Amino acid sequence: MAIVQQILFIGILLAAVFFIRKRALRIRNNIFLGKKKPINDHKNERLKNMLLVAFGQKKMFKRPLPAILHFFVYFGFLVINLEVLEFIIDGIFGTHRIFAPYLGGLYTVAMNVFEFLAAAVLISCVVFLLRRNLVKIPRFWSAEMTAWPRLDANLILTTEIVLMCAIFTMNASDQVLQARSEHYVPTGVLFFSSHLMPLLEHVSIGTLVFIERFCWWFHIIGILGFAAYVTYSKHLHIFMAFLNTYYAKLEAKGHINNMPVVTNEVKSMLGLAPAPATSTEPGRFGAKDVVDLSWNNLLAAYSCTECGRCTSECPANLTGKKLSPRKIMMDTRDRMEEIGRSLDKKGSGANDGKFLLGDYITKEEINACTSCNACVEACPVMINPLEIILELRRYVAMEESGSPAAWNAMFQNIETSFSPWKFSPSDRFNWAQKS
Amino acid sequence: MTVPTMAELAAKGEAPDVLFWVGCAGSFDDRAKRVTVAFAKILNATQTKFAVLGTEEGCTGDPARRAGNEFLFQMQAMNNIQVLNGYGIKKIVTACPHCFNTIKNEYPDLGGTYEVIHHAVFLQQLIQEGKIKLKGGGSFKGEKITYHDSCYLGRANNIYEAPREVLQALDADLVEMKRCRTTGLCCGAGGAQMFKEPEKGKKDINVERAEEALGTGAKTIAVACPFCMTMMTDGVKNKEKEAEVKVKDLAELIAESLQ
Repeated sequence: MAIVQQILFIGILLAAVFFIRKRALRIRNNIFLGKKKPINDHKNERLKNMLLVAFGQKKMFKRPLPAILHFFVYFGFLVINLEVLEFIIDGIFGTHRIFAPYLGGLYTVAMNVFEFLAAAVLISCVVFLLRRNLVKIPRFWSAEMTAWPRLDANLILTTEIVLMCAIFTMNASDQVLQARSEHYVPTGVLFFSSHLMPLLEHVSIGTLVFIERFCWWFHIIGILGFAAYVTYSKHLHIFMAFLNTYYAKLEAKGHINNMPVVTNEVKSMLGLAPAPATSTEPGRFGAKDVVDLSWNNLLAAYSCTECGRCTSECPANLTGKKLSPRKIMMDTRDRMEEIGRSLDKKGSGANDGKFLLGDYITKEEINACTSCNACVEACPVMINPLEIILELRRYVAMEESGSPAAWNAMFQNIETSFSPWKFSPSDRFNWAQKS
Repeated sequence: MTVPTMAELAAKGEAPDVLFWVGCAGSFDDRAKRVTVAFAKILNATQTKFAVLGTEEGCTGDPARRAGNEFLFQMQAMNNIQVLNGYGIKKIVTACPHCFNTIKNEYPDLGGTYEVIHHAVFLQQLIQEGKIKLKGGGSFKGEKITYHDSCYLGRANNIYEAPREVLQALDADLVEMKRCRTTGLCCGAGGAQMFKEPEKGKKDINVERAEEALGTGAKTIAVACPFCMTMMTDGVKNKEKEAEVKVKDLAELIAESLQ
């Protein structure tokens, strides 16, 4: 009987690993749909960002209440995963709580720490569910938070609650069984779950074994299933946030990335450099689709957990304009996923006649941006929606000449009189004469 | 007040300590021109050896780049860099956070590397060095002033304290809006919005911000950017408060209080 369970476990584990690996490769390939851009400078500074912002959650603490709750869930997730290691070893070798005899009293301490964190995760997730669905915090209900993003969030929180309940029930039944069967290694008193023991005292041993095993399987299958689900979900930030904070922009926020292709052309136009070799195809100026964005912009889209802090600080969004920085990131990700699904089916991929600009994001949205960097500042994982907005604007201005008429007039003024307003350049110094 | 140009100084074989980059708003916009004059007066009063480019200055290209026209931005930038490098400019001060940001952060990519200072920081330094002498018990003593953070000074370049220290030198009662410093609300003009009508929405951004500034009860709204100046002034007018509440640049507030 035990060997059947072991084989079943190994089978499920391998299936999960196989599936998650496949999804991870798909996501990796989707990210590398973007333009190559070497980011291997300032390694120490990047590491520092990752440690402070991702590990240390520094930017979360601008809003203390959700920050503390989130910290419990995050820290609980990191630590409780150590327990999953024991689950996996037990599952493969058919053992039961393999670490308990070796660690002795330390095992009791560790399990109590896990239980404390599990309780903290449970309470935090309940509060998060209430904030979302009862208090209805506006940023969780704005326009781009359609049925799926809302369901996604609720599924994540509910799954975490259910998984924590399974741990408590398992530990409680295990503790009851310890008094009745030698198979169950003493764990010492586990504070939180021991409060559930009175409920199980009068249950027959067979039922207790069933409850313990059911919770064990439920928890481990739940964790593996959740890991697979995460690859389709906004929850992927648990992994991507680390990468994103490492690869995030280090320059001052006011800096806009230079376009060296344009520099070469401008230099030759001004007679500062020989004309660039015509053999190099410049490609598209700016971005019309995700393939025109840099890979790090696409990585950022997978790091977004749709918390909406960006949108809640965006001056355009606050005053009722269509622009929402969160939607920019969600659209970028959705478009990547669409291309990825097509490529998986050997379809046309990015050449499906659809584009990020037009089919997902409209000009009205990108035109409303004041480049104020409020969204960039607000993001707890250093996502930069502004870079994507500017690349889309570059496409509209340089490939389509489709900027708003007032902007085209402004361009013309700069070209002819070196000022965005139509004044004669010879009047530029008049201010000094009048005073 | 004397305003020497680089051309004049170069003809005499002299070099200024600092170039005052006036910017398009500072050169052409009537309201911003008063700020330019105020700052030039301070430069004179503090005996700062400065010069301007005069008619040799051109738009930094900031609005073109932010509206997506990279060609036009780079044309402007290269022309300006040629002029600046031609004069051997080392240090630049400007009263416009957009010019400041572009020259400081974006010109180096194109071969123009200078020490660039925004006038808020420059004024702070002059005050610290004791070069600016303010009237004792000045007209702002105890008066409520609120400071509106410019995005291109604040979030874009992490300059939050310098403008506030300048205001504190006036002995004014600095009152903060709820959204200030890193969470300061944009006036609505950045990213080339200054040069077009806003998209359809419930409200104009500058009105939202003016309401917040008026809510502090301050009689003076201090700004450090010509675009913020326009937007905040319009916002205050929209609320019909222009008679009681003034929008002023840091340079004007200091110039008014000079001994």
